[in-house]
Amino acid sequence: MTARALPVVPRRERTANAAALIACAAAVAVLAACSLAVGVGRLSLSDPAASWDLISQSRLPRTVALILAGAAMAICGVVMQMLTRNRFVEPSTAGTTESAAFGLLIATLVAPGLPIWAKMLFGTAAAVAGTALFISILRAVPMRNVLIVPLIGLMLGGIISSVTTFIAYQGNLSQGLGAWMSADLSGVVKGRYEMLWLLALVVIAVWIMADRFTVAGLGEDFTTNLGLNHRRVMTIGLSLVALATSVVVIIVGAIPFLGLIVPNIVALFIGDNIRRAIPWVAFLGSGIVLACDIVGRLVRYPYEVPLGVVMGIAGSLIFLILLLKRSTPVD
Amino acid sequence: MIICDGVTKRYGTTTVVDDVRLLIQTGGLTSIIGPNGAGKSTLLSMMARLLTMDGGRVSVDGLDVAATDSAVLARRLAILRQDNHLDIRLTVRDLVAFGRYPHSKGRPTIEDRVHVDRALDYMDMGHLADRFLDELSGGQRQRAFVAMTLAQDTEYILLDEPLNNLDMPHGVAMMSVLQRAAKELGKTVVVVIHDINFASAYSDRIIAMREGRVIEQGTPAEIVTPPVMQEVYGLTVDVVEHGGHPFALYFHASAVRPTDEAEAAPSGQETGRVR
Repeated sequence: MTARALPVVPRRERTANAAALIACAAAVAVLAACSLAVGVGRLSLSDPAASWDLISQSRLPRTVALILAGAAMAICGVVMQMLTRNRFVEPSTAGTTESAAFGLLIATLVAPGLPIWAKMLFGTAAAVAGTALFISILRAVPMRNVLIVPLIGLMLGGIISSVTTFIAYQGNLSQGLGAWMSADLSGVVKGRYEMLWLLALVVIAVWIMADRFTVAGLGEDFTTNLGLNHRRVMTIGLSLVALATSVVVIIVGAIPFLGLIVPNIVALFIGDNIRRAIPWVAFLGSGIVLACDIVGRLVRYPYEVPLGVVMGIAGSLIFLILLLKRSTPVD
Repeated sequence: MIICDGVTKRYGTTTVVDDVRLLIQTGGLTSIIGPNGAGKSTLLSMMARLLTMDGGRVSVDGLDVAATDSAVLARRLAILRQDNHLDIRLTVRDLVAFGRYPHSKGRPTIEDRVHVDRALDYMDMGHLADRFLDELSGGQRQRAFVAMTLAQDTEYILLDEPLNNLDMPHGVAMMSVLQRAAKELGKTVVVVIHDINFASAYSDRIIAMREGRVIEQGTPAEIVTPPVMQEVYGLTVDVVEHGGHPFALYFHASAVRPTDEAEAAPSGQETGRVR
């Protein structure tokens, strides 16, 4: 047997696909350049040292954070939608985000001196537990309607979130909680974003396991038939999602709608084969977040509208359009 | 050779498959027939380790399906269940290519490509290969799933109601393909089938089930007879012979309705599906 890998798509289509992908990457690069150029501080060639300081201390960390968080959260959406076989599931509609915030809060309360990575691990563990709870509720209540699944996730998230809010209120930590639950990049500077590189690892892991996640998207029977352990794929996938969510929540804050809209848009044009979809999802996720952040920084210049707010408005609009344009009726 | 030894499945107090002892020889096409709720699909799923057993064991070529590494079984046995409503946007070719996963582990080689193309041709799906599944009719989708199962290139192919959603020409084509796979490629094909006449026309052997038990097995000539039909379905039918196959004329037959309690039983299989 020869070991040469073969493309499954015809060559001409592949070339067109590659060209479109390169265009997409270029668009993200342009947005990243804009992101570096925009801001209250002035960049000037006459004072290169000060300009470089500004870029390396604040602008570059922020842009990198946007790219990493955007790509990772969009990919988390894809993974969750495959594993739950539901187009409306992402970390914020499955209790994952809220659980991560809960874990972070508990860690902050119980051991305020913990380093940030230890808090992040707490958040990850809580996110894993919350998502597992969500999945077990879904298993216990077999459903016919696709919309019930995210509704259950939203309710679960609401319950966790209200408990978290109560505890935060008691512990005088409401402000910190607010920062976790809505993305705001103004505090992301050098020394406070490096943990986001973990997201790159998550993206790579998802890419390596892409076929397994797609197979899981075919359902438990197909997965078993193809010799894969469905439960294991599920556990690994949800753990990766929980880790990414926890990191994003603690450093950037939750980014609403991203994990919903990006996978749905990519599915329309490229389909659900994750190996093929993943670069598109990553670029689109980064691009949307970069664009929203630039808008947030310009709309009432020199003041800044947090990314979470801009994403909330843009995301909900795009999501509504996607819902209305869905050619097949929702079950 | 697939051996079922005392295979049992219960849902609550209902025994859906009851102490089934069965030997399916290598090669040929075997049909499992019986009324609704006879336990056919449940038995098939247990043979392919999709369902756990409450008793007994199944071995495939001496491998205990409950104990053998799933990845090893996946290269020996393929199963397709019925009702595969998928809300996933994959092209037909991608879906069929995933049938190669047990061999390729996601890194397809030329050989995998050959199997995918052959399976697409076998199921007459070549012209639809680049279409998304959600753009196909129910029958086309069913053929795509069977193509995926064929691409898996296993010795044993288990299909639950492969004629679902197929019109008459495609139903005939499907059974011919399965018969060819058995004859030309030496596969062992086991199908659960509703239409006794499809079973009679294409099977080498027929297994008749009722109320969780195997009550008769043999060649079509031995099974498709008025007394056995009476025993299996509770129907008085005429049997005529055409082209060497016995056919049951069950229309306007004097029906004795089978008990309904058995029909409600297998719904328990559906739990656990997250949609």
